[in-house]
Amino acid sequence: MSERQLRARVTQEVAEVIATRRVGAYQHLTLVAPGVAELARPGQFVALAVGGETSGTLLRRSFSIHKVSPSGTYGGTVEIVVSAVGTGTRWIVDRAPHDTIDVVGPLGKAFPLPTDPVACVLVGGGYGSAPLFWLAAELRERGCHVEMVLGAASEDRLFGVVEARRSCDGVTVTTDDGSAGQQGWVSDPLPEIIERTKAGVVYGCGPMGMLESITRVAQAHGAVAQVAVEESMACGVGVCMTCVMPVVGSDGRTRMVRSCVEGPVFRGDRVRWDAFDGGHARVPDDAVGAPKVGGH
Amino acid sequence: MVDLSVDLGGGHRLPNPLMTASGCAANGRELHRFFDVADLGAFVTKSVMADPRSGRGTPRMAETPSGMLNSIGLQGPGIEAFVDEDLPWLQSVGARVLPSIAGSSSTEYAHVAATLRASRAFDAVIGVEVNISCPNVANRGLVFACDPLASAKVVALVREQLPRDIPVFAKLSPDVTDITAIAAACVKAGADGLTMINTLLGMVIDTDRMRPQLGGVTGGLSGPGIRPVAVRAVWQVRQAMFEGRIPTVPIIGVGGVRTGRDALELVAAGASAIQVGTAVFNDPSAPVRVLRELCELLDAKGFEHFTDAVAVAHGR
Repeated sequence: MSERQLRARVTQEVAEVIATRRVGAYQHLTLVAPGVAELARPGQFVALAVGGETSGTLLRRSFSIHKVSPSGTYGGTVEIVVSAVGTGTRWIVDRAPHDTIDVVGPLGKAFPLPTDPVACVLVGGGYGSAPLFWLAAELRERGCHVEMVLGAASEDRLFGVVEARRSCDGVTVTTDDGSAGQQGWVSDPLPEIIERTKAGVVYGCGPMGMLESITRVAQAHGAVAQVAVEESMACGVGVCMTCVMPVVGSDGRTRMVRSCVEGPVFRGDRVRWDAFDGGHARVPDDAVGAPKVGGH
Repeated sequence: MVDLSVDLGGGHRLPNPLMTASGCAANGRELHRFFDVADLGAFVTKSVMADPRSGRGTPRMAETPSGMLNSIGLQGPGIEAFVDEDLPWLQSVGARVLPSIAGSSSTEYAHVAATLRASRAFDAVIGVEVNISCPNVANRGLVFACDPLASAKVVALVREQLPRDIPVFAKLSPDVTDITAIAAACVKAGADGLTMINTLLGMVIDTDRMRPQLGGVTGGLSGPGIRPVAVRAVWQVRQAMFEGRIPTVPIIGVGGVRTGRDALELVAAGASAIQVGTAVFNDPSAPVRVLRELCELLDAKGFEHFTDAVAVAHGR
């Protein structure tokens, strides 16, 4: 690795796809990306270019890192889970083994880990659970009791139930339609789990509405929520200013911060959930530099 | 080896003509993780206004064929924080800086320019880009760059605030009937150069929700899809300079540059320097890659000096 990469803690590499397989409603890809694999921590993400260097689809697609194997048979590998919802993600899931994808990463801040072996609850909505298994392993290495709650609209949209049973001390599954586990939302069983395990931290990854309710439940039961957001990003590296959201800083003031560099992991109680509507954030009136009457 | 150096005024000879584009590179630290920002001819910072600004709510972005719309709303720290933190950092890594300044009134532009001039890291500044293509609140939401008089007033006030050896570049909007008229007004008012082009105003409707996709309703269109508009604008203004309708000043070409070939197109149309903007979102090291590709192309075509290729397509 070059001196620059060491200093930068981020790299850009042309990654070969070595494995790709369907998992429920999602596609699980394994990429040879030794630079990323070497540097990444749980909660960080990668930004993938779509369609090659002459592609008309310019904006990168960002995915949280599911797993890294720094010294695998093929060199270091990085695994991601993709839901094909638009042209960009469809191109990515259509990649065959030996195809290449331009990868930038690791990006963003990782999940902070507790210094003491406190109990933790990890909550994943849909394929938002992707980074949680790696996190669970790290927490258990530190002696933490780890339970996981996985929820989705239906059984095919759950990700990692089997892996969760292997990597955690307890697993609860919820689906909106009752097709797997208990019918309801991830926030339903959460109070009982926090109380029973005396959890100090609740980690969450999934849609904004779910992260808000996780934060509320965690607060009500004396735990800290650490949530990884899924904001839409154009660059992933901190220059486009599109992935902003209102977050309260250590000085108590709200700013529109970039979820790619200051996140994607935020303390749940710092996020201004009151400013979100349908997944989009307005600028709170008390935010630093908020528009005055008449607007920007 | 091609001599890539270029003088855009004020006696600051740049080692090469490649720059970042304002608003596509933040203020340096982020891209410095991918390449040395001092390797660029100049680093162009995000337009800074007098006060901190939150920008708009989300969504701020919509992808378009070969490009994107953005509606950021000039989010920024304000000029005080810029001169206290960003500019000194850029100076510390040896970057040559072309700060972009903005305002919602002509006096705000002048205030921002004066604060910049008084800053301790002003030595790193090789010129100032005046973003007159942002909305003018005092003038009912019009942009300065759509009106020759408003453009001239801003340029003249900024010019007054800065030392003579700091060239002032007016950044123009292509959304006008005759860009040469605006260019002429800016140069007459004291602009030492022109940057062309800013984004085009565009809009996308989200057909799932049947409403505008951007929180700000309209946004600026950028990316390779607008490159022919940039080439046209640079060509027209350079042509007007050849015809004596506008005094000859350097043009910085910007708009949809993704490769060295794209950069060469703008150079041949009349640009003496090139900014790489939206392509950075696709490839964070695009500015230095484009520089390398441009150098190879010039070499292959037998140019000994970059400046020999400027405006070469005119009269052919």
